[in-house]
Amino acid sequence: MSGPLVETRDVEKRFDLGGYFWQQDKPVVRALNGVSIAIEKGESFCLVGESGCGKSTLARCIMGLLDLSEGEVFYKGEQIDRLSAKAMMPYRRRMQMIFQNPYASLNPRMTIQKTLEEPLRFHFPEMKNGEVRDKVEEVMTSVGNDPAWGTRYPHEFSGGQRQRISIARALMVDPDFVVADEPISALDVSIQAQVLNVMMDARDSRDLTYLFITHDLSVVRHFGTRVGVMYLGALCELAQTKTLFDTPRHPYTQVLLNAIPKLSTTELIHTPMMGEVPTAIKLPSGCVFHPRCPYANERCSREVPAGTTLDDGTVVACHAVEENRI
Amino acid sequence: MNAAIRRFAQSNFMYSFGRDKVAMVSFAILAAFVILAFSAPLIAPYDPYDQTTIDIMDSEIPPAWQDEGEARFLLGTDAQGRDMLSTILYGTRISIIIGVCAVLMQMFLGITIGLVSGYVGGRIESFFMRLADIQLSLSTLMLAIVALAIFQAAFSAEAYSDLAIIMLIMVIGFAEWPQYARTIRASVLAEKKKEYVDAARVIGLGAPTIMFKHILPNTLSPLLVISTVQVANAIISEAALSFLGLGIPVTKPSLGSLINSGFEFIFSGSWWITAIPSIVLIALILCINLLGDWVRDALNPKIYKEK
Repeated sequence: MSGPLVETRDVEKRFDLGGYFWQQDKPVVRALNGVSIAIEKGESFCLVGESGCGKSTLARCIMGLLDLSEGEVFYKGEQIDRLSAKAMMPYRRRMQMIFQNPYASLNPRMTIQKTLEEPLRFHFPEMKNGEVRDKVEEVMTSVGNDPAWGTRYPHEFSGGQRQRISIARALMVDPDFVVADEPISALDVSIQAQVLNVMMDARDSRDLTYLFITHDLSVVRHFGTRVGVMYLGALCELAQTKTLFDTPRHPYTQVLLNAIPKLSTTELIHTPMMGEVPTAIKLPSGCVFHPRCPYANERCSREVPAGTTLDDGTVVACHAVEENRI
Repeated sequence: MNAAIRRFAQSNFMYSFGRDKVAMVSFAILAAFVILAFSAPLIAPYDPYDQTTIDIMDSEIPPAWQDEGEARFLLGTDAQGRDMLSTILYGTRISIIIGVCAVLMQMFLGITIGLVSGYVGGRIESFFMRLADIQLSLSTLMLAIVALAIFQAAFSAEAYSDLAIIMLIMVIGFAEWPQYARTIRASVLAEKKKEYVDAARVIGLGAPTIMFKHILPNTLSPLLVISTVQVANAIISEAALSFLGLGIPVTKPSLGSLINSGFEFIFSGSWWITAIPSIVLIALILCINLLGDWVRDALNPKIYKEK
């Protein structure tokens, strides 16, 4: 197969904040500002960034939960944004999502069996009752759940169990592509590893491609094949996991990796970043990172950096890197 | 099915019911009223709708325990010679039917409008919610009086007496939908942000399925609470309208029209024609309201009582 499995091109998403009808320029949150990523088949593509940088918004735009303001989303080369609900249906089956909060992502009034059967019965109405039951049992077992849980309700389970049920629901329709929106950030550390292992097993046995959103860099190193770093709705750097951790190029990535606590050294080499994240309502001109960047110059405050591809395939959106200043 | 019944019997809801004496007594009285009212054709000593059994010579006989009372009329008779006990039983049945059916109609309108407004949002929401605001700023009774007066003038008295029950259900049902629509819209706004709704959308389910199958079951507790209060309100509205002569005709009296029909005799000594149906009405409403209070507490996890 040629070309990436899922691709976004210059995706922009703006949220209107209302405002008064006589206001000339109404307040708008610019959550995504021209994000382009291409996810190859079989990858575990990780998106990292701090809270509010647009990771989840990008995931929701790809899944069609949010309408794009600008740009395009492709699945196997077919444009899938702006499709009608009916035309979107074949892609719904191929793309599934795992959510952050296992306490909210299962309908509290539906038994586990009903929750798991629903996608199957919706997408394959011709399936017989026995086949549906067999499929539910197979998927439940594969994610480490007891199929006998079916008659129980979500409140009877722990967070980790619920998250595995959530994963099972996403896997019910045999998708190719799964978006995981911070699937382990609401779980205990002891359970995080277990859920990650379930997801990695599913990747290997079912030939899945992941878009994995997280702010936990150790998970990225363990799980990801490639990493995209986001800041204020823009992609700063996109690299192979190993390359990113060994040689971070973008100044923001460097600060981000610096913030990981280290056990190997005794002295504190952590240099804190100055200032706050600017508001997405009034974005800084030029490069969104320039007010906090130690390498910023006059060009950075004027011109939005485009992504430059380096020799090792890393894409960096930074004038300083482009001009070999760092 | 058995599992569902067992789960219900073991639920916190039933546990709290078993602990609350007021709720149990109210429920028992209410159940007695409903059973008696609906078996009226079987247990009532007379048929108040059958004109041939009514004798005008029997009119205004006081209840049996009074000096002039007669044993065959336990609660006395009204001005037309109808047995009060039978008439009250039939009247309670009409009142309960109107109360429940009017609330079902309110629920149907309110749930549909509230769900759609909350889920779809935008202009549809603004339109229906402003409509609800306007309707709530007018008194229910005033709307009902205007509507019923027009209906009464439009139909002949004969036709009206046949249609009176349906008309009352329609009018009371239509007048109070904003209560439901607002409650359910507020719940929907909270529910639709939860991730299980997103999960349903990712599966590709359509808006009606998501609204009725996923969101609606999660908004039922507040609905149950207002429903009890609304049934009581609907019965009161019906009684008030009948008392004003705009509701059920005296030939097939409800509790309200019975109270009204005795009102002119209250100073001539025939107090029982008004007083007894009034007591029945008050007891009925009180039981429903007490039960409603308990339901609100039992379904609200924030005020779990540790009794």
